Amino acid sequence: MDNLQLILNAMVREAVSPQTAAVAIAVIGLNIHFGFTGLLNMGQAGFMLLGAYGMGITVWQGLPFALGILFGFGAALVFALVLGVPTLKLRGDYLAIVTISAAEIIRYVGRSSLLTDFTGSAQGIPGSQYTGPFRDLSFFPSGSLTLLPFNYHDVADGAVWVRLLGWAITIGAVAALVYLLRSGDRFSGVARNGLVVLLTVFTVLLVLFLFPLNYQWTGVSGWWVRFVAWSLVAVCCFVVYLLVRSPWGRLLRGIREDEDAIRSLGKNVFAIKMQALIIGGLFGALGGMVYVLASSVQPDSMGRSLTFFCYTALLLGGAATIFGPVLGTIMFYVGRVFIQQGAQVYVPDSIMNTQEAAWFSYIVVGIALMLLVIFRPQGVLGDKRELRFDV
Amino acid sequence: MSEHTNTVSSLADPAARAALTGGFEDAPGAAKPDPILVVDNIVRQFGGMTAVDVQHLEVQRGLITALIGPNGAGKTTFFNLITGFDRPTTAGKGAHWSFDGRTLDKTSASSVARAGMVRTFQLTKALSRMTVIDNMMLGAQGQAGENLFKSMFRPTWRSQEREIEAKADDLLARFKLYEKKHDYAGSLSGGQRKLLEMARALMSDPKMIMLDEPMAGVNPALTQSLLGHIQSLRDEGMTVLFVEHDMHVVRHISDWVAVMAEGRLVAEGSADTVMSNPAVIDAYLGAHHDTDLGDDALLSEEHMQELAEEVAAEEAEREAEEEAEGLR
Repeated sequence: MDNLQLILNAMVREAVSPQTAAVAIAVIGLNIHFGFTGLLNMGQAGFMLLGAYGMGITVWQGLPFALGILFGFGAALVFALVLGVPTLKLRGDYLAIVTISAAEIIRYVGRSSLLTDFTGSAQGIPGSQYTGPFRDLSFFPSGSLTLLPFNYHDVADGAVWVRLLGWAITIGAVAALVYLLRSGDRFSGVARNGLVVLLTVFTVLLVLFLFPLNYQWTGVSGWWVRFVAWSLVAVCCFVVYLLVRSPWGRLLRGIREDEDAIRSLGKNVFAIKMQALIIGGLFGALGGMVYVLASSVQPDSMGRSLTFFCYTALLLGGAATIFGPVLGTIMFYVGRVFIQQGAQVYVPDSIMNTQEAAWFSYIVVGIALMLLVIFRPQGVLGDKRELRFDV
Repeated sequence: MSEHTNTVSSLADPAARAALTGGFEDAPGAAKPDPILVVDNIVRQFGGMTAVDVQHLEVQRGLITALIGPNGAGKTTFFNLITGFDRPTTAGKGAHWSFDGRTLDKTSASSVARAGMVRTFQLTKALSRMTVIDNMMLGAQGQAGENLFKSMFRPTWRSQEREIEAKADDLLARFKLYEKKHDYAGSLSGGQRKLLEMARALMSDPKMIMLDEPMAGVNPALTQSLLGHIQSLRDEGMTVLFVEHDMHVVRHISDWVAVMAEGRLVAEGSADTVMSNPAVIDAYLGAHHDTDLGDDALLSEEHMQELAEEVAAEEAEREAEEEAEGLR
């Protein structure tokens, strides 16, 4: 029982961690590239790293925080232009090759010992060097907060039956939510949307009741950075919603379907693809900045594997949807922690030690991605009808 | 401008068109009084093979011009070249083509379309995973909402969007696709996709529309209504250039016919003149192009006998020729 509580606690902590939010933002950007425009960007981690370096180096050198954010975005913008100009006129595969190698170049340049004074080479820039100005912005009080303040400890002293009942209700609420979302045609209108929102809020509160989180208000990794990170996720979702419902978003999907058809209708395909590459790259840079706010700028933490995690999360949640990237990222990281912790707790060390459990979780993630693409290619939130005509 | 509208309205009258085309010379590359498209010295080579070699071609404004020719004659390649989807081998070395007085030598495909010359494709390019109405609305030109910065603010493009949708509805109704408005384009049949593509091209109000085999795969009843539609486009003042293999269609609607074979323009003229031209019959139509192969009368013993004799005679002739060549 206690082991299970431990694993579930770890999962909830991972779900709300700023790193998860940061990757979600990067995946939202990747969704613009891959999901809506069909650009095979294999170097989203490169965009993230540039955002992180832009902000980290600027603040480390004693310049203002706002300027750091600007430099982070600026670096990603230039990167997108440099990558896009030669490749966007070619077939899609070339962009994939160029982006993956360019992202690796960025990482290796960051690791280079020649630049130790700027990038800290392989050691990276410690968070203490640049997160200060960000924490100073906090309007949260000092001390710490447990969310929810009223939790399972307060009911019958946290007895087993309280928790079991709570878990059962949570599973029921999630099942009801899934049912509501999938039965799109039978229920509709305000009542359905209201019910979905209510159920979601109820589920979140219930989860926090069962797995209370305790962090400092404004620590190195406290509520402040979580609040900012998840607010940014919400803002990004809203911006993407505004973009893709517009005629511009329609153009993106048209380009994904058939560039030549769009060209024959008199649209400047190159310019639109470039805009999409830049917008998605800026989201990536923002994700990178958030990623390092609660840790440090380390080139190796934003390598190829992070790009592939982004793709896994995107396909899991559903490409070309608004909330798919966020849901996919949360499911991806929570699932990985579940496998890792589960293997660590229940499999004896003689068979699998802690290190191996971490590797094992990545193996399972890879298999999950394969199964996903085979059996549910549209992801959790995707529209199956769209895939029926895949040619 | 008034002069222009006069020509347009007069071209709705068959007699006026006949009088106009009667004045054209029946030779490849003939000059026209008011050409909307003028092509000079376009050559496209794929390795050693010359796919297209057109020295001069003029397309008269306001008429329906058919481009016919055997498979592999370079018709589609020619379409690609003048619409900017391909570059002539002679680019910068004498290749020159202009549309409506505007030089297009170095223009990209999208600018060509914006200039008013919109094409469709032989293999339809319906955007499968988008709805029919989304497909249509992509065709409209000058949309404010396609600007990245305006796109986030709905009021800047809402009213225009409504106008475009009304126009799209209108066209969909004309092409009998209105019931499919909210279906994915991928769920349409091949013929319906052809219709959708044509309707989408018309969304941009082109001056000239280039149709690559518009009738292939469309059922007879729909072909009839499509033909009527193409003719009404002409009567409204649009220029139509189309590639087609169905000679009944060509005969029925085209005012002028250009024939390509092995990349070259080999003949030009009215449908009847061209189809009685021995060179065209040899290269493309075949001696029996006038006979309906579905006609039961052809199945009579007598007729079969006749055909068999004709074929035997041709064979004998060819053999004799081959022998003669062999002897030489």
